[in-house]
Amino acid sequence: MRKTDIEKHVRGESQFIDDINVPEGTLYAAAFDSKIAHGEILNINVDEAKSIFGVRAILTSKDIPGINQVGGIIPDETLFAEGEVHFVGEPIGIVVADSYDIARKAVNKIKIDYEKLPAVFDPREAFEKGELIMPPRIFSFGNVDEIWDKCDIIVEGKVETGGQEHIYLETQGSVAIPEEGGKIKLISATQSPTTVQRTVARILGVEMNNIEVDVLRLGGAFGGKEDQATHWAAMAALAAHKLNKPVKLVLSRMDDIRMTGKRHPYSSDYKIGLTSEGKILAFEATYFQNAGAFADLSPAILDRTLFHATNSYYIPNVKTTGISCKTNLPPNTAFRGFGGPQGKFVIEAAIYKAAEKMGMDASEIQRKNLLKDDKTFYYGQLVENSYAEKCWTKAEEKYDLKKLKQEVEDFNRKNYQFKKGIAVMPICFGISFTNTFLNQASALVHVYTDGSIGVSTAAVEMGQGVNEKIKIVVSRTFSVSQERIRIETTNTTRVANTSATAASSGADLNGNAAILACKNILDRLLKVAAEELKVSDTSELEIRNEVLYNQGIKTNLIWDELIKLAYIKRINLSSQASYATPNINFDREKNTGSPFAYHVYGTGITTVTVDCLRGTYTIDSVKVVHDFGKSLNPVIDIGQVEGGIAQGIGWLTVEEVSHSDEGKLLSNSLSTYKIPDIYSAAKEVEVSFLEDTENQYGPFNSKAIGEPPLMYGISAYFAILNAMKAFRPEKDFEISAPLTPEKVLMNLYN
Amino acid sequence: MKEEITFILNNDFVSVNIDSAIVLLDFIRKQKHLTGTKEGCKEGDCGACTVLICNLQNGKLGYQTVNSCLLPLGNVNNTHIVTIEGLNSNNLSNIQTEFIKEGASQCGFCTPGFIVSLSGYLINNQVYDTDAALNAIAGNICRCTGYISVKRAINNVLNKLKSTNHNDSDRISFLIENGILPDYFSTVAERLIKLKTEKSYGQHNGAKYIIAGGTDLYVQKPDELLEQEIIFIKNKKLSYINVDGNICSVGATATFEMINNSKIFQNHFPRLKNYFDLIASLPIRNSATVGGNIINASPIGDLTIFFLALNASVVLSNGVKKRKIILKDFYKGYKQLNINNDEFLEFVEFQLPSRDSRFNFEKVSKRTHLDIASVNSAMCIETNNDIISRIHISAGGVAPIPLYLENTSRFLLGKKITKDTLFESLPVIQSEISPINDIRGSAEYKRLLLNQLYKAHFIELFPELINVEELI
Repeated sequence: MRKTDIEKHVRGESQFIDDINVPEGTLYAAAFDSKIAHGEILNINVDEAKSIFGVRAILTSKDIPGINQVGGIIPDETLFAEGEVHFVGEPIGIVVADSYDIARKAVNKIKIDYEKLPAVFDPREAFEKGELIMPPRIFSFGNVDEIWDKCDIIVEGKVETGGQEHIYLETQGSVAIPEEGGKIKLISATQSPTTVQRTVARILGVEMNNIEVDVLRLGGAFGGKEDQATHWAAMAALAAHKLNKPVKLVLSRMDDIRMTGKRHPYSSDYKIGLTSEGKILAFEATYFQNAGAFADLSPAILDRTLFHATNSYYIPNVKTTGISCKTNLPPNTAFRGFGGPQGKFVIEAAIYKAAEKMGMDASEIQRKNLLKDDKTFYYGQLVENSYAEKCWTKAEEKYDLKKLKQEVEDFNRKNYQFKKGIAVMPICFGISFTNTFLNQASALVHVYTDGSIGVSTAAVEMGQGVNEKIKIVVSRTFSVSQERIRIETTNTTRVANTSATAASSGADLNGNAAILACKNILDRLLKVAAEELKVSDTSELEIRNEVLYNQGIKTNLIWDELIKLAYIKRINLSSQASYATPNINFDREKNTGSPFAYHVYGTGITTVTVDCLRGTYTIDSVKVVHDFGKSLNPVIDIGQVEGGIAQGIGWLTVEEVSHSDEGKLLSNSLSTYKIPDIYSAAKEVEVSFLEDTENQYGPFNSKAIGEPPLMYGISAYFAILNAMKAFRPEKDFEISAPLTPEKVLMNLYN
Repeated sequence: MKEEITFILNNDFVSVNIDSAIVLLDFIRKQKHLTGTKEGCKEGDCGACTVLICNLQNGKLGYQTVNSCLLPLGNVNNTHIVTIEGLNSNNLSNIQTEFIKEGASQCGFCTPGFIVSLSGYLINNQVYDTDAALNAIAGNICRCTGYISVKRAINNVLNKLKSTNHNDSDRISFLIENGILPDYFSTVAERLIKLKTEKSYGQHNGAKYIIAGGTDLYVQKPDELLEQEIIFIKNKKLSYINVDGNICSVGATATFEMINNSKIFQNHFPRLKNYFDLIASLPIRNSATVGGNIINASPIGDLTIFFLALNASVVLSNGVKKRKIILKDFYKGYKQLNINNDEFLEFVEFQLPSRDSRFNFEKVSKRTHLDIASVNSAMCIETNNDIISRIHISAGGVAPIPLYLENTSRFLLGKKITKDTLFESLPVIQSEISPINDIRGSAEYKRLLLNQLYKAHFIELFPELINVEELI
């Protein structure tokens, strides 16, 4: 019996880049990088490094035969620094050696002289200096300027959210194997095989068909391997190309954390206006995105921030300005939620502060402003199938929100040192790449003569269960056992021109493509069957559990026989098909349109306890009602919710990216950058399904799941703030995430 | 430094002549191609490389979880090492089945470490308890699942085993019968006895590094250790906890977990388990030693702070002569010790707290568990009619050395425990500390935090005298 992925995982048999057997004679590469945040490279001295026994080559920008450029959206980023360095950790070159130990030893012997230039780390400062990645983006709806006078309450403020390091447990890496005729085969841990293929071709100055990228699985990615897996593959490919030897490059944890980008820190200003009843009339916000030194995916991430600026609420007058600021930090990049969480956090902060001013519970304001059908999102898309209120109501009832709040109040009355806090977080997250053209995928399905099936798609498995989902989709479409189906590696020679597996859309896009490919084969099979059974019309035929039925009556024709028959009759048992999400569009000039196929909704309630003596806290529970559509696999989907919540809570509580004044990363290892452990994750997570929702865009009415649940974590921040408020009711706390124990204590006592 | 290393790796005998400074993780992955054990961080912080190590203890198998990334081969001699491959049978184990059922593995990279840790827990414990099982896997970090499914899987495993009777004397057979361990485990004890070759551990011999548990040295300078003269001292002769009268001595290579499980310590420090839960993960506690913690001289060494408040002494030896220094006098400056080149730390000794004394340890870090302290502090206090008759307070993270709060302790001596006394003593604390801004927190925060932890000592120890509302 074929083992599923998880069966291999629990036996330690699933392979990651560093586990794959490499060919005899493979060389090992390690990158060397800038030690300063901004400056000119005056001299690179590799003499001592080169003299170490076992060092085969030291490569820098001069050794690149093609174009030294890895930028995607904007071509502003070199693979290896040329002349100028822009952040601590910017790759300058690689050492290729007989072993990692030798390569790393040589890296430490390379001496680089710099002339330092002024560096900027703060996005607002970069903005003032005119250091922008692109011109500001402005979304506008209604007219905020005219409405302020009509508001009973207006609150303005500033909000900070920190970066977040991905800490995919498998670090970045790639193996490059030279093949005949100058072809390079890359085994890469990337979410975006085509990006790697395209970029490597550009670096080497060859056509894309000379580069094959193969992806087996990723040991976690969370967006961190969408654009930033490319560099390491390109370096390995360059070395393989130069030396005509297989080259492996896997980053050590410290190299990975230092050299790669993170979730974007944002500094934002908001202004919110409400009626005295709590109806939001206007919202205005400016988001200063800390993009780091190069564009990477920042423009798209900023767009998603703007798209999610109003979260689950209908607000008639909105104006948002997004400013992508260039700083001397590693280029920040995709991270689960892709700017959405940063946007949602600001509106939630605004509501929190408005509620505080009005003496109301924030959840009252949240509840009153939830999206309803037939309204429009502020970027112009019609609200359809809004489950915002349904999720909220179900959560309120199922978890007895009133009682939960009462319990918190009772606890706080009886306890002085320990205080509890509770907060609610509705979510609404748009599904589709906001760059419409990316919403395409293809699949290649082979049925072999023994009836087994091989499926290739553009989807990359990174723990999110997309392979299992595609297997389910194929099994249902053919109505055959899942055990017949193998999901193949993601490979650019089988499935070309892939969009990244990102934007929560992997299962939707690739599942739909797989369905189309399967249907092509199925149609042909049914024709064969019709001929065999001498039936004129295939519409009466169907396969159920591997047996052919005619007009609902079982026949003797089973799957294996049917396949053999088709083969003998020289019928094509393979199909390629592609899928493009229908009905989506966005006008990037006017900033209006319907960029999303659909939205995912949910409501989460978080309860916490704060030790007001020590400033520490525990996350007691997170209770969620989530709109899954018709889940393809509830175990996978619930796992995505539980895992997303932990990451969201980590982002806003203990995960603190910190730098020295010179821009050197201080939180540069797992001992200095702490992600949630089993104790700091929520003690209890309860997830229930919103039943019976429909979704024509998801395979078999399923819905995308990857990113949205992360945003339930936002309620942990406000729950902690509420607990602090219970201890110090008179204080006006700053809104600055992450809310580390240090910030809790300093806010309580200073 | 090449030497002959022999051990049993899963079901196979291994004998190699190899640099004993190489860590086990590199050996099993690169030389043995057992790739189920993963490298996640190479500093003992993620647990992806967890393996079991078994030493024969009085002829019985004693398995412990350890981080193979920090375990030099020099400490592997004569042991049985179990990796995930060594736990696999043709059929899935009950642990593996439950992990699958609950979806307790997503990307799969951390999963082998969890399976190994939980297997270690089941081998080591007679009574199965969820909280203890969670503590045993708390050193395993997962970025995907949020741990909820992992908890469900663990509960299922424990519930299944709880419903079967087992007798402690033969837990290995019990676990084999119940589909947790493969059959070959029943032959290991016999094979280890045969393997046993006594190795003599020489004296100092001018080695640049003396390696005990290696849990900090292998984080700080793994490459240097491969090139320097080193010596392994984790032999049993220094791994003891003895009591003579009211004097307790702890050998330099006694591990954190030995202290945690010591009846002597548990009797004198009833909340010991709570402290140790904060101090380190189980794999680290199994490796890290008392001597290593003290010699390492980290200003926030948890165990050092603990012993400082006990007014402990260290006994140094050069193999010929011994001398004793009070621990608080052992630190001269940042990572500077009152020790001669030819000396090594042999044991720590302290007077066991009397029945009238009270002890408390506090630690706050960014992440509550398994993190390095922002500030830690310990206090041991004796009172007579609420008058302080004996007191020792220590604090970490507030000075270049693990600090004994000399002035504060002196200030409090002879004073009555009242709110006013405590408030009056705060400036004394503040005047004898000098915290700096670093990754563990700002200087300002550490000053505030130490005040809070100081108050916490009294809130915890004297609830009858101190009203928390007046203090904070």
